[in-house]
Amino acid sequence: MSVYFLCLVLFCIGLYCILRKRNLIKIIIGIAIVEYAVNLFFILVGYRMNGRVPIYSPDQTIRDMVDPLPQALVLTSIVIGLAVTALIAAIAMRVYEKYGTFDITKIKKLKG
Amino acid sequence: MLELQILLVFMIIGALIAVKTKDLLSSVIALGTVGLALSLAFLVLKSPDLAIAQLVVEILCVIILIRATIRKDLPFSTSGRWFVNTLIVLVFIGVFLTFGYFCMKDLPRFGEPEMRIAQTFLSMGLKETGATNLVTSVVLDYRAYDTLGEATILFTAVIAVLAVMRRVGRKK
Repeated sequence: MSVYFLCLVLFCIGLYCILRKRNLIKIIIGIAIVEYAVNLFFILVGYRMNGRVPIYSPDQTIRDMVDPLPQALVLTSIVIGLAVTALIAAIAMRVYEKYGTFDITKIKKLKG
Repeated sequence: MLELQILLVFMIIGALIAVKTKDLLSSVIALGTVGLALSLAFLVLKSPDLAIAQLVVEILCVIILIRATIRKDLPFSTSGRWFVNTLIVLVFIGVFLTFGYFCMKDLPRFGEPEMRIAQTFLSMGLKETGATNLVTSVVLDYRAYDTLGEATILFTAVIAVLAVMRRVGRKK
């Protein structure tokens, strides 16, 4: 139970960073922290106590393997997280070139 | 699981430093320590595929963020309704944490997963797919369309990054 709670605390730190900080890079860092917490939570749910890696070997029984399904999904999620981070960082660099600041309260020349 | 709790406390401290530091470069590097600790935690949780993927992705992520922040260190402005904003955010997070704590009672206990779907994979995986690594058999056989979608997202993001970052076509 306490491991789940620590994972939730990590999520909340990232949430605070997203909601409260004004710097674009800090917001990207908050998104990354939230993503780590969610990935870790999936793996924690699928963990079996005293289990072993889900790889077959001839001299061991199947009974006590950890859950392979969350691992496969999180493997997808990690790669997508890298793509998302790269895209946000590229947009933030363009915004910096145009406005000369990362402060989101000063970026308000957008007409629309 | 003492080592897992130690790693999680380390990650929380690293995340707090990453949130609170004024220097952007230090903040990015603190984020890197959080990601590397996450890689170690995956290794403790018996998922070596994820540990390798997280290590590579974390290094690339730190490189990208350092490229974005280098020589662009800016002073922080704390003007405006600082106290009210912080109070609202903290109250929201407190409510979220409370509800999350009560919701955790409905989860399966730590170390005893239900594994309704995964039991089929564990018993039939080697026979049906011929892969000894079950994570690979799920990624590349049972959920292959998921992986196709992941590759599509990855290459779309690469095209979008190239479109955003390119230099030609900007002058009139």
